[in-house]
Amino acid sequence: MSRVLSYEEKDTWIHRLSGVTKLIFFLLWSITSMISYDTRVLLVMLLLSLIIFAMSKTKWKQVGTVFKFIMLFLCINLIAIFFFSPRQGCKIYGTETPLWHLFGNYTLTKEQLFYEFNVMLKYLTVIPAVFMFIVTTNPSEFAASMNKVGIHYNIGYAVAIALRYIPDVQDDFSKIKHAQEARGIEMSKKAFFTNRIKSMAAIIFPLIFSSMERIDVVSNAMELRGFGKYKKRTWYSAKPFKRNDYLTLVVTIAFTITAFLITFSDGSRFYNPFL
Amino acid sequence: MKNKFGIKEVVAIGIGTALFVALTEVQIPLGFIPNTALQPRAALLAFLAAVFGPIVGGVVGLLGHALGDALFYGSIWWSWVFPEAVFGIIVGLFAKKFAIKDGGFDKKNIVLFNVVQVIANAIAWIVVAPVLDIVIYAEPANKVFAQGAWAFLGNIIIAGILGSLIAVGYSKIGGKSSSLSKEDE
Repeated sequence: MSRVLSYEEKDTWIHRLSGVTKLIFFLLWSITSMISYDTRVLLVMLLLSLIIFAMSKTKWKQVGTVFKFIMLFLCINLIAIFFFSPRQGCKIYGTETPLWHLFGNYTLTKEQLFYEFNVMLKYLTVIPAVFMFIVTTNPSEFAASMNKVGIHYNIGYAVAIALRYIPDVQDDFSKIKHAQEARGIEMSKKAFFTNRIKSMAAIIFPLIFSSMERIDVVSNAMELRGFGKYKKRTWYSAKPFKRNDYLTLVVTIAFTITAFLITFSDGSRFYNPFL
Repeated sequence: MKNKFGIKEVVAIGIGTALFVALTEVQIPLGFIPNTALQPRAALLAFLAAVFGPIVGGVVGLLGHALGDALFYGSIWWSWVFPEAVFGIIVGLFAKKFAIKDGGFDKKNIVLFNVVQVIANAIAWIVVAPVLDIVIYAEPANKVFAQGAWAFLGNIIIAGILGSLIAVGYSKIGGKSSSLSKEDE
């Protein structure tokens, strides 16, 4: 499963940051890009996220396939928006500047192009942040740091278990799939629709039942070792907050506030160049 | 029992999320309509919520969808993450009624499970997801409602067929305590 993003050990200042710092950055970053429709803010964010992405020394090889997939999805989405609502941009910006009449009701307008450009920017600003968060954060360090900033260790542990078992479950899945294919079930597009559901069930049933068993085994093992007895626990891979963590947080929060101030300076989340 | 959050719930969230993420990639294409597919992970979430309750259902939905999006698609559609949690919570609220673990998942409960599942899917994908899409991303209303309706249809089919089957199967092998009844306290 090479198509999946995964953590890779490197030594840059971003890798040395605590997992929680990166999570807070990532959350604030995506909230800002979700709320803001201000082209200026989004362009600055895109530039910054590309710089940060470059600093994390992430190789194209690590993210390339996923990135191509996102681009395909983004294109489909942009086309769908135009197809469903060719005048959304005019509605938002209040003016109409036709560029090119296509067919029927479909006229390409400057406003629509600008609106869809903003939608595209919104997606693009988040992608490097997600990439950076996933490829630079060590999962077990992340669980430990979550606890360090006051989140109950039950939650941290659940997240750690999830990250730990994703590859195992994927392994199980492909093993079961191969076994069932060896027994002759048809998984390709040739099979009829109801047959495809049936063969999917033939894989998912054993997978879920073995996972339910795994839940029992793991929770018994944890219970035997006294998990959850005390209010606190210690962590092997915890990282204390350092100077760079505080700096990053201060800069991130300051940036978020500035971005919101600029976005809402004219009373609307849209930046309108047509007025 | 419903509100208890013990070791089992922690592990169930962990491994449930791992399963949900692993199944993100597994889709049954509908074939005749491009870019639509049945998502077996919706059936998994319905099943997990029905067995472990609202907390596990909600967190697996939230975490699983966010992680799955991030790992496979490199970006997170928050407007579709929260409805997944809503779905898990609603189905989970009836966990005690379903009695899947106790082997009591009979015909009556299958019907109840499907009624709950359809209502929860409707709230999640026809109400919450499109509204969030409009509020957060300002996308055109008719597009997001069409998308929501598709997701709703796909999910009720898969949760109805696959989800019910899994629950029945698990109830049969897992539960043996149904012959015992609790005495009055």
